[in-house]
Amino acid sequence: MAEVEEMLKRIQAHKGVIGTIVVNAEGIPIRTTLDNSTTVQYAGLLHQLTMKARSTVRDIDPQNDLTFLRIRSKKHEIMVAPDKEYLLIVIQNPCE
Amino acid sequence: MGPTRPQEPTRLAWEDGGSREVARGCSRLGLQASVLLERRTATSCFSPIAGMFRDGVVRGADVESLWRRDQGTRCEAKSCQTGEISTMEAAVQSHSIRDAGMQTDQSEETIQDLDIQKEAPVDYPGLLSFLQGVEDVVIKELNKNWRSHAFDGFEVNWVDQNETVSCLHSLLYPEAQDQKLQVTSISWNATGSVVACSYGRLDDGDWSTEKSYVCTWNLDRRGLNPKRPDLVVDVPSSVMCLAFHPSQPSLIVGGLYSGEVLIWDTSRIEDPLIWRTGMTDDTHTDPVYQVDWFQDSKHSHHFQILSVSTDGKILVWQTQRDGQLTLVEGFALVAQQIPRSMKLKKRTRGETAVGVTSLSFSHFDPSVFIVGVEGGYSLKCSTAVETTAAPGTGSSVPLKAPAQFAFSPHGGPVYCVSCSPFHRNLFLSCGTDGHVHLHSMLQAQPLISLQLSKKYLFSVCWSPVRPLVFAAATGEGEVQLFDFGKSSQKPAVSIKQASAQTPVYCIEFNIKQPQLLAAGDARGVLKIWQLSSDFIQQGPKEVNHLEQLANEVTD
Repeated sequence: MAEVEEMLKRIQAHKGVIGTIVVNAEGIPIRTTLDNSTTVQYAGLLHQLTMKARSTVRDIDPQNDLTFLRIRSKKHEIMVAPDKEYLLIVIQNPCE
Repeated sequence: MGPTRPQEPTRLAWEDGGSREVARGCSRLGLQASVLLERRTATSCFSPIAGMFRDGVVRGADVESLWRRDQGTRCEAKSCQTGEISTMEAAVQSHSIRDAGMQTDQSEETIQDLDIQKEAPVDYPGLLSFLQGVEDVVIKELNKNWRSHAFDGFEVNWVDQNETVSCLHSLLYPEAQDQKLQVTSISWNATGSVVACSYGRLDDGDWSTEKSYVCTWNLDRRGLNPKRPDLVVDVPSSVMCLAFHPSQPSLIVGGLYSGEVLIWDTSRIEDPLIWRTGMTDDTHTDPVYQVDWFQDSKHSHHFQILSVSTDGKILVWQTQRDGQLTLVEGFALVAQQIPRSMKLKKRTRGETAVGVTSLSFSHFDPSVFIVGVEGGYSLKCSTAVETTAAPGTGSSVPLKAPAQFAFSPHGGPVYCVSCSPFHRNLFLSCGTDGHVHLHSMLQAQPLISLQLSKKYLFSVCWSPVRPLVFAAATGEGEVQLFDFGKSSQKPAVSIKQASAQTPVYCIEFNIKQPQLLAAGDARGVLKIWQLSSDFIQQGPKEVNHLEQLANEVTD
């Protein structure tokens, strides 16, 4: 248990990281460093988007699969590491 | 009733057929009997005492007495239950209370610990292994991303770009044009939809009593007639400057050639003039070259009026109930009190007033302002000064000497100064020498000096949305849009407003609709320009670029 928290802390300590969220397979956030409403919004939307991205990759080539999702926006970079059971979402400020 | 009825059909049968035809009679009898049965069932409904019902009534009477006893038992049961529930709850509560008591006896930290424990998340199977698998990748990406410059300067165009600068409206007031009056000043109102301009003369030094006008147009109004203003205010003297109230959309303050300051309310059609200074000892003795609304330092929602004039005074006015503007504070610039960082070439005699032509407040420090003076230099001033101006000026309020620092001069009078809305130290000045100086408030020498006109430059104005962009009005009838992001030598766009002989006197960006730029010229025409998208959208790192410009050392 403590190991999980430590790992999240390590990620959160990286330069420019604004927030870290862990989402389960149903899209429900189970760990977060952000406030409640932001977390819920990020979790719901990014879960949907990741599922869509995964199905897109698999539709193009059934042997292929999604391994990582990065979204570059004007203000942030959002990274999603997907898995069968969980999603790890990290929001980062782009470089200085 | 029952025994009498069956006799009737037998009697009927006999009357009908007789006894000889037995078979026939029998069949008839059967038929009659069936009819009778029907009649009997029908009549039984009407019968007051039916045989079957009599039994039922007797049985029903036995039930009666039970409910009283039932109720009694039910009551007992209820009281039993409530007693049980309450004791149960009390027991549970006492448990939790006992725990809290233990914790509160210690320190606040334990309470915090409790909260954390309460929130302590449930262990999810597989979460640890998931994070372990994914951590390295994420950290690698985070580091890579932080160092990456792949997207620097990359911009996506999601909206249609407006490539060119175009003229949206060409507004004029025919009567003012007939008098050959010039547009002396422009202001956008608080909502950004109404533009006001003042008519007067800037090239004529003579004292005159010629009538002039203040006109407003609402650009969002349907059926906008460019030759018919929504409102025309007749003014007895040439209006040199005006400014809309920063939050109330209908108030305009104007400064006259005579030195008077007036406030109009454009929502009052009958007589829009609501406040005036009148001609008192306090009033300016020279034309008012700039007026502005000035936030009261004591009441932030309260606005005072600030006016500057070539008589060397900067006066702050307060509105009174009787329609009078009274002087509450004042500053006077006297040549002897100008900081000696600059060598004034003119030999000064006595107390010489320094004519103020323009003023701009810092967007970062409300007490700091820059003035441009007729002597060609700009001065950094402060409202927080205590020194009084040298000579007694005969005004009702002691005037203070605000100048703190003088900047390197232009080759002729300064006509306009503008403080950057994005950097606390940067300001622009322009004047009759056709040069724009970009100054840092910390250095006497300009950071950049640009010649934008071979004639005069009448106005310069920072863009409210692009930190690196400013506009300048030239004596050659052009509006120059300058973008330090593109070039620090040449204007990015040069808009031809009027013929080369017609100077452009004033320009004003619209803060609410940043694509609009208004410019007024000597022919009395007010043009509304729609700027191209690159002058509206702030690019990446513009503020950093501005910071670099400001940090250049020239001294």
